[in-house]
Amino acid sequence: MQLPILSLITFLPIFGMIIILALPKAQTKVIKSFTLLITGIQVILAIFIMANYNYALGGIFEEATFQFIEKWRWIDIDGFSWLGKFKVDYFLGIDGISAPLVLLTAIVTFIATISSWTINKSIKGYFALFLLLDTGMMGVFVSLDFFLFFIFWEVMLLPMYFLIGVWGGPRREYAAIKFFIYTFLGSIFILIVMIGLYFSTTEILADGTRAFTFNLLAMMDPNNATETGILSPLNPSNLRLIAYIALFAGFAVKIPMFPFHTWLPDAHVEAPTAISVILAGILLKMGTYGILRVSFPIFPEITQQLIWYIALFGMINIIYGALCAMAQRDFKKLIAYSSVSHMGYVLLGMASLNTLGVSGAVFQMFNHGIITSMLFLIVGVIYDRTHTRMLDELGGLGVKMPAYMGFVTVAFFAAIGLPGLSGFISEAFVFLGAFGEPLIRVITVISTLGIILGAGYMLWALQRVYLGKFNEKWEGIRDLDLREYAMLAPLTIIVIFLGVYPSAMLDLMNTSVNTMVQFMHDVQVHYSSLVSFK
Amino acid sequence: MLNVGLTHFLVISVTLFSFGMYGVITRKNAVMVLMGVELILNSANINFIAFAKFGNYGLQGQIIALFVIVLAAAEAAIALAIVINIYKTITNINVDEIDSLRD
Amino acid sequence: MINIAIAVLFLPLIGFVVTVFLGSKIKQIYFFENIIMFLSLAGAIILAFFKLSSFGDTTISSEFVWIDLGNTPLMGDIKITLGIMLDNIAVMMIVVVMLISFLVHIFSIEYMRGDPRYNRYFAYLGLFTFSMSGIVFTHNILMMYIFWELVGLSSYLLIGFWFEKKSASDAAKKAFIVNRIGDVGMFIGIMMLYNAYHTFTFDEIFYQISIGNLPFNSEFWLTVTGLLIFAGAIGKSAQVPLHVWLPDAMEGPTPVSALIHAATMVAAGVYLIVRIFGIFTADAMLIIALIGALSALIPATIALTQNDIKKVLAYSTISQLGYMIMALGVGAYTFAFFHLITHAFFKACLFLGSGSVIHGMHNEQDIQKMGGLRKKMPLTYYTFLIASLAISGIPLTSGFLSKDGILAGTFAFANLTGHWLFPIVGFFVAMLTAFYMFRVIILTFHGEPKNREKYEHAHESKFVMVMPLVLLAGLSFFFWYTPNPVNPNDGWVLSEWIKAPELYTPESTRYDFMIPDEEYISHIGTSSEMMYSEKYAEALHAAHYPAMILSLLMAGLGILTAFLFYQWKKISVDKLAERFKALYNWSLNKWHFDELYDATVVAGTVGFSRLLGAFDLKVIDGIVDGAASVTRGFSSFIGKFDNIVVDGLVNFMAYLSGFIGLIFRRFQTGKVQTYLIFVLISIVLLLFLFKSF
Repeated sequence: MQLPILSLITFLPIFGMIIILALPKAQTKVIKSFTLLITGIQVILAIFIMANYNYALGGIFEEATFQFIEKWRWIDIDGFSWLGKFKVDYFLGIDGISAPLVLLTAIVTFIATISSWTINKSIKGYFALFLLLDTGMMGVFVSLDFFLFFIFWEVMLLPMYFLIGVWGGPRREYAAIKFFIYTFLGSIFILIVMIGLYFSTTEILADGTRAFTFNLLAMMDPNNATETGILSPLNPSNLRLIAYIALFAGFAVKIPMFPFHTWLPDAHVEAPTAISVILAGILLKMGTYGILRVSFPIFPEITQQLIWYIALFGMINIIYGALCAMAQRDFKKLIAYSSVSHMGYVLLGMASLNTLGVSGAVFQMFNHGIITSMLFLIVGVIYDRTHTRMLDELGGLGVKMPAYMGFVTVAFFAAIGLPGLSGFISEAFVFLGAFGEPLIRVITVISTLGIILGAGYMLWALQRVYLGKFNEKWEGIRDLDLREYAMLAPLTIIVIFLGVYPSAMLDLMNTSVNTMVQFMHDVQVHYSSLVSFK
Repeated sequence: MLNVGLTHFLVISVTLFSFGMYGVITRKNAVMVLMGVELILNSANINFIAFAKFGNYGLQGQIIALFVIVLAAAEAAIALAIVINIYKTITNINVDEIDSLRD
Repeated sequence: MINIAIAVLFLPLIGFVVTVFLGSKIKQIYFFENIIMFLSLAGAIILAFFKLSSFGDTTISSEFVWIDLGNTPLMGDIKITLGIMLDNIAVMMIVVVMLISFLVHIFSIEYMRGDPRYNRYFAYLGLFTFSMSGIVFTHNILMMYIFWELVGLSSYLLIGFWFEKKSASDAAKKAFIVNRIGDVGMFIGIMMLYNAYHTFTFDEIFYQISIGNLPFNSEFWLTVTGLLIFAGAIGKSAQVPLHVWLPDAMEGPTPVSALIHAATMVAAGVYLIVRIFGIFTADAMLIIALIGALSALIPATIALTQNDIKKVLAYSTISQLGYMIMALGVGAYTFAFFHLITHAFFKACLFLGSGSVIHGMHNEQDIQKMGGLRKKMPLTYYTFLIASLAISGIPLTSGFLSKDGILAGTFAFANLTGHWLFPIVGFFVAMLTAFYMFRVIILTFHGEPKNREKYEHAHESKFVMVMPLVLLAGLSFFFWYTPNPVNPNDGWVLSEWIKAPELYTPESTRYDFMIPDEEYISHIGTSSEMMYSEKYAEALHAAHYPAMILSLLMAGLGILTAFLFYQWKKISVDKLAERFKALYNWSLNKWHFDELYDATVVAGTVGFSRLLGAFDLKVIDGIVDGAASVTRGFSSFIGKFDNIVVDGLVNFMAYLSGFIGLIFRRFQTGKVQTYLIFVLISIVLLLFLFKSF
């Protein structure tokens, strides 16, 4: 048996958390360095995974083509007559959809650790929660069992609540509660659908009998559906449609999709910089990842029916987010709304259900993770120095901080989607893909407005903060220090590298994306023959 | 010569028990109460030995009596220790005033 | 060949990277950038020389696969290539770009001296040149778009170079966003092309169109696609209605203006149309011609009254670009490209000349405050004069050749199709051009100085600044392009280098005269003048001399009026302005384009965004918060219910037990002896009860 590398990368932070809890409170240096070490090892592990990743294997629905699989029985209860057997697998594995996000999680967490250096309130608790959060996020991206997926999904919620609620800004309690309740509400939808799917899917056990299962891959195969299962494709009712919408809503809260997005600006504004980075860089991706991993392959026929709506919401996100961003006076809020806008591209790309669009969507998830992390770090840098985020109070900072200005320019133009920086390829792919799907062509054309609006609000913000006359109030402001270089420079390099050589990432996901598109197409045909009433 | 039978032993035992009971109930001094308890224990001992002598139980009665004596000694030691401790805390060993168990 | 092209393409990028990273450490690094530019220029010239002399009409191209998604389920093979295509147009263009960029670099050494971000300025110039050469070399439209956007970035950086000034950062932002509007149109066009052909490469797209494979199988959508891509050119080449960024872009350093206006940014739009000329249908061409005509006319009328020397030149650029676009629209393809080249040189000369004047006058840009500079700055004056003559279309200059060609083209077009608007606009604008250029010359260099103090301090610029002027003025003469000063068609540029365009559109969508008659083509060959068909060649030939004479007359008239107004003061300008106040103000205020856009599009967007922001905060978030407070209200009701009713019951039970307990607690004295009595009594009672034993 091979090294259980996915378990390692997932549970390493928990291990780190336990050690940190055992360390004395006063040893802040040690705690910080230790967290950095743990996340650093995680990055190395992630790179190791990428290095050993087989680009030819697709994954998506076939267990054999997933990689780094770890599967063993976790919960095994035979007893209840009314429930039958209750079995949950510990089932980890990655394919081309999750691999980029595993890498992203490792990188962004590492950078966020560097950014957390300035935390000065109960450091031990902060880093312990931080590492717990790390495990939750990583777990979501590697688990292939719905039960396990859901547990990780929830595990990440609690530390996030405390990280915002304790280490946040003035209105942190409000923001934390809002975040928690909102996402928890979404989780409930997911939970309900999960249970419904559980009672609709059976899996052949080793002894030849069948038992209900949480295995996501088993759920994707209509042959595993029970005759009478509540969400079984054989069941001629509208429940599957309703379940799809519920599940989608559950994930949509995390994306966040209009109109479920309002927790985002509050959470971002109040959260400390590092947590904003994680929130925007990784957490938002969990929503779209959930849709790609769970909703799409399990409900292919419903997905096909609803792509117009998904694209429509994508378009609303793009344009609405951009316009809202334009109206903001708070720098961080502006960036938060720009996330709403950028995640709209992901939705639009996914809705196209073709290779270009889906590649664009997955690539956009990765790129947005990197770019938006940069943007939040950039806001954090000024906030550390001036203790204000109001756009109008700043101004002309570019004069005094030339090195910083360089990073700002790269990050802002990457967010605008300038060619040569990574955001461009993903946006272009999303548009090209979505335009290729006749059903959503008009939506795509309208969505291109987002390109102009994006340039509008970004450049306007750039101008208000960095250009123009230097505000004398900030006399003596200093340029970046070494720590800030260390967090901005790696991200900048990634942005430029992927802009020039996007194949590095596209090749990673390509086979999986193709498999997915093919699967959605085939299974959809299969389902429509299966269910004659539709 | 009066034939000493089981009844005599039991009468002595009852008398002893009654004295002990009386002492336990009426005395205010905790030490006196303890002494009553000793009397009750000894009345029981007499019963054991009497029944062992006149019954057909082998040596069991005598053995239990020995146990009781040992236990009584131990109990007396503990009880006296408690009494001393009570005296130390409230400078009094009048059992009427030691009613903090009520609450 | 390709290797040289790659070197020419990437050298400026290397210059940019090195200069930007070492800029703050090594003071002299700008020198490196200049050397790089010199090497690029040399490479470009070698490239052009070999291409034009030994390869004839063959196109050299080379590509590599940039992104390979393999064989995909629904869309077939997806491969995105990057590549270089060298044809005559490209190599000529690259020489122009590199030459002007090099001269601007040289000029800037002195002009920008003392600037706190001196090195960074040169780095940006390098980036700008790199972006532009990408556009020139590219063989596919996606790569064109990529470099197109990079040009946008570099223009943003350079226009906003002095970003401490709000007006500069405003102008930079405006330039980028206005360009983006056009770019989005272009991108939609690219999406349509890709959707139809699954390729970005020009050759393959052309091939597909030529075999009758149209977007959405309809000629209408072919027209639309062409126009959408043209939207990109409208933005970059600053055509009406997206021209508003260009005059504002004068906020950048003057040499940058020269670069933007002559060789790089605005030329890109025209170059794009030249590249994909073959896919425009007649309908599309008519609209292109109309946009071009409007862009020639409107800015020319604005330029008449502007007092900022750079603004006049800016509007004249739009106007000249309008000429080119119009020429393309009426099918005068070769003359349009020819004009692009000639214009590049004399416009660069004019801008650098104005830079020299501004430098000499210590940052004075208002021509009303200048005057008499001829004596102080003779070299600047004469070069400026030559360039002005060229732009006005006076014989012996290059401008005369190209402009005359364009006018003849519109003439021929009108003759064949009846659209007389174009020649009328063309000739009228020729007069206006001559007028406003000489207005500038007279007010700046002739007459008496109006600002004595500044005049006294004025001085001729240093050698590095004058040298480019002289060179560019030299390139404004005819003999570089043709031995015959009156007929460009005899020259090597038009007869050898610029070939007649190939057309790919279905014949049913073309103008009649653009449908080739095979017999004629085989007879004549495809030299530039003999394009399309016999009918067109004849019309063009017939239009040549009338157009020349008429344009000469118009230019003369313009110059004469300028002298009457400003030199000899025979007619009072002020009175005239007073009399036609409405018209004068209309022109002075630039047709109120800015105000119109500010009031509609900008205010609309910003207002709408404010509205949505408030909507988001009040309504959407309000619903969320409302839901929360409804839940809280309900919960407090439930809480009360719980407290009073449910808890009341519980408390009652507790109270009851308490009450009972109260009775029984009497027995609980805490005295062991009392308990013992109870025990005894109980035993006795029990004994009586169970006395059976």
